[in-house]
Amino acid sequence: MRALCYNGRNDLRVERVPDPEIVNPQDIILRVIMSSVCGSDLHLLNGYVPTMQEGDIIGHEFIGEVVEIGPEVKKLRRGDRVVVGSILGCGECSYCQSQSWSLCDNSNPNAYMVKPLYGYSPAGIFGYSHAFGGYAGSHAEYIRVPFADRGCFLIPEGVKDESAVFCSDAFPTGFMGADMADIRPGDTVAVWGCGAVGQMAMRSAYLLGAERVIAMDRHKHLLEQAKNNSNAEVLSIDEIDIQEALKEMTGGRGPDRCIDAVGMEAVSSSPQYYYDKAKQWVRLENDRPIVLREAIKACRKGGTISIIGVYGGFVDSIPMGAAMNKALTFRMGQMHAQKYIPRLLDYVANGQVDTSDLLTYKMPLEEGQRGYNYFNSKSNNTTRVVFTP
Amino acid sequence: MARTANLAQAGVLDIAPVDPIPSGSSKINVGKNERWLSVGAGLLIANIGIRRGGIGGVLLTAVGTSLALRGASGYCPINEALGRDTSDDKTETNVLEISKSVTINKPREEVYQFWRKLENLPKFMRHLEDVKQMDDRRSHWVARLDSENPAAKALPKVEWDADIVEEEENSRLVWRSVPGATIDNSGEVRFVDAPGNRGTEVHATIKYRPPQGIVGEAVLKLLNPAFKQMVKEDIRRFKWLMETGAITTNEGPSGRKPETTNPALRQPMQNPAETPQNKTKPSITDESIVL
Ligand SMILES: NC(=O)c1ccc[n+]([C@@H]2O[C@H](COP(=O)([O-])OP(=O)(O)OC[C@H]3O[C@@H](n4cnc5c(N)ncnc54)[C@H](O)[C@@H]3O)[C@@H](O)[C@H]2O)c1
Ligand SMILES: [Zn+2]
Ligand SMILES: [Zn+2]
Repeated sequence: MRALCYNGRNDLRVERVPDPEIVNPQDIILRVIMSSVCGSDLHLLNGYVPTMQEGDIIGHEFIGEVVEIGPEVKKLRRGDRVVVGSILGCGECSYCQSQSWSLCDNSNPNAYMVKPLYGYSPAGIFGYSHAFGGYAGSHAEYIRVPFADRGCFLIPEGVKDESAVFCSDAFPTGFMGADMADIRPGDTVAVWGCGAVGQMAMRSAYLLGAERVIAMDRHKHLLEQAKNNSNAEVLSIDEIDIQEALKEMTGGRGPDRCIDAVGMEAVSSSPQYYYDKAKQWVRLENDRPIVLREAIKACRKGGTISIIGVYGGFVDSIPMGAAMNKALTFRMGQMHAQKYIPRLLDYVANGQVDTSDLLTYKMPLEEGQRGYNYFNSKSNNTTRVVFTP
Repeated sequence: MARTANLAQAGVLDIAPVDPIPSGSSKINVGKNERWLSVGAGLLIANIGIRRGGIGGVLLTAVGTSLALRGASGYCPINEALGRDTSDDKTETNVLEISKSVTINKPREEVYQFWRKLENLPKFMRHLEDVKQMDDRRSHWVARLDSENPAAKALPKVEWDADIVEEEENSRLVWRSVPGATIDNSGEVRFVDAPGNRGTEVHATIKYRPPQGIVGEAVLKLLNPAFKQMVKEDIRRFKWLMETGAITTNEGPSGRKPETTNPALRQPMQNPAETPQNKTKPSITDESIVL
C-alpha cells in the first residue's frame, strides 16, 4: 500500500510499504477514508519528540471502513464506517476501567523507553514515535487497529466524513480540556491557541456552561474562525498585552479557567521566547512553556489551569510561587478518546456542534509534504489539512 | 554510601527467597591462565543473549555467557569429572538478585493458577522454549538463544531442572535449580491482594550465582542490569497477557526495517541534560540498556 512516511525533520514522502495484517485476535484492519494532520505531528516533524525512525508512517486522527476482523472482535462488522480514537486503550487495566484511557497500562509495547524519563509509561498512540508505542500511523491506505472493540466507534448515519474525522482527536481533546477546567456557571474561560484543538475546547466550554470564552492566537484567519464559529472574543497575541487585556476584560478578576491548547512549541515576541528557543536549540530544555507561564499569571486566584497542549520533557522558569500562593488547580493529560467519543458523536449527530469547518484542505497522500507545510506555517488560511488515501 | 536496588537483600521487600545451592559453574576448579582463553567469545555470546528478553532469558543469557566463559570463569566440567582442581580459591561467588513487581487487574486465584501451570511461562518469558512439569515438585526447563543468529545457532539448547521447594496455594511459590544447572538459580513469586480491589500484586525475585573467576563474575555483574531489564519486560508481558489475553505488539508496516532490527532506536528517551552533547560516555545502568 501507499503511506506517508517520516524521513527526517520536515521530510515526508509517500512510499510503498507492506499491507498491515491482523496480528492479535482483537485487531481489525481499516481502510482509511480520511486522516487529518494534528498539532502533535508538528512536534514530531520539527524534531521535538525523540525516537522517530526513518520510514515511520505518521498520522493519528482518522476514520475508515472496517475491511478485516480479528477472531475476538465482537462489536464490529465488515463495512462499518468508524472513527478511531488516536490513543490506544486495552479496556482491561485499572486505568482504562476508570475511564483514564490515555494512561492505559497495556497499550504501549515500548513502555520501557519512556519509563526512565516519566517513571511510568502512558498509553500508546498511533503514528507518534517509538517511545509512544511505535505503531504505524493512519496516513496510509490501510491501518491495523489493536483493541478494536474499544477504540472504534460507529459513525451515525447522516454524520459526514468531514465532521466525523475530528471526533478522533481534536474534538475529544478540546472537550477534555474544557471538562478538566471544571467550568461553573458564569465562568470566563481563556483559551490559548486557536488551532482545531483550541477551537474545540472553546465550543466545548460553552457546552459545559461557560459564560464567556476569550481566545488567543497570532494568526488572523484562526482568530476570525474562533470569533465566528466558536463564539469567542479574540485577542491577537502579537498586538495586545495579554495580561492587561485578560484582567480588564474580566472586571479585574482574571479568567476563572485557563486552557493551554498550544503546548511545547508556543511562540511569542517576548525575550523569554528567544531564551527558551535558544535552550531548546542546544537541547537543555525540550519545551517552550510560554503559554503555561502566561496562564499561571493571568488566572484568577483559586482558578484552574487545564493543559491539553502537549509537553514532552523539561521546562524552565515555571512561576511556581504564583501558582502556589494563588491556590491554582492544575489538570492535564493526553485525551481519553474512548471516554468522550460516543458523547461527542451525539453532539455532532444532533447538530449541537459542527466540526466540519476545521477542514480547510482535502489532499491526496502525495501532497502530504505540501499539506504539512501549509499546516505548520498556518499559511493559505489553513486550520487543518485532511488526507484522503 | 551507595544506594542499593537489591531490595530483598536490603529488607525493603518482605521476601527472602532461598539462595541457589552453589554447584557447577559457581565453583572454581580452573587455574588462572586457562581462564582468559574464552573471554572474547564469552562477551560475544553475552551480547547476543541480551538482545532478547525473558526471565528465562536472564538464565539463558547467563547460561550462554557461562557456556563460553566456562574456561574463563574458573570452572571446567572436565576438570570436575576428572576430580582435578587446579585452583586455590574455593570461596563461592556472590548471589545476584533481581526483583520486580507489578499489579494485575485480575483476581489472585486466576493470576496464581496461570503462573503455577509452569507450561504457561514460555507464553510471556521470551527466551523460554518449553517448561515441563515432571511431577508436583520438579520441572524441566528449555531455553533458546536468538535463532537467527549464526553464533547462537552453534550453541546447544540450554536445559535445566528446577524444584518447587515451597508452595502456598494462591499466594507463594519458591523454586530452586537442581544442583548441576549451568547457572545456579532460585526465586520466589508472591501473589498478594492489592488494596482497594486493585487486583493482584505479583512480586518476583530471582537470584543466581555468577560463575566464579575474574572474568565470569565481572561479566555477569556487568550484565546484571540487562538481566534486570529482561525480567521487567517479562513481568510486563505477563500483565499484558493476564489483562488483555494477548501480548501487545506494534507489528505493522513501515517504510523501513522493523523496530527490533534498529538497535540505535531501541533506547529509552533521555533527560535532555544527558543527551549526547552533554554526556560523552554512555554508562551501563538499569535504564540505558538496549534490548
Ligand atoms: N492532549 C492531547 O491529547 C492532545 C491531542 C491533540 C493535540 N494536542 C496538542 O494540542 C496542541 C494544539 O493542537 P492543534 O492541532 O490545535 O495545533 P495547531 O498547530 O493547529 O494550533 C496551535 C496554535 O497555537 C498558536 N500559538 C502558538 N503560540 C501561541 C501563544 N503564545 N499564544 C497563543 N497561541 C499560540 C499557534 O499559532 C497555532 O495556531 C498541540 O500542542 C498538540 O500537540 C494534544
Ligand atoms: Zn493529535
Ligand atoms: Zn488499558
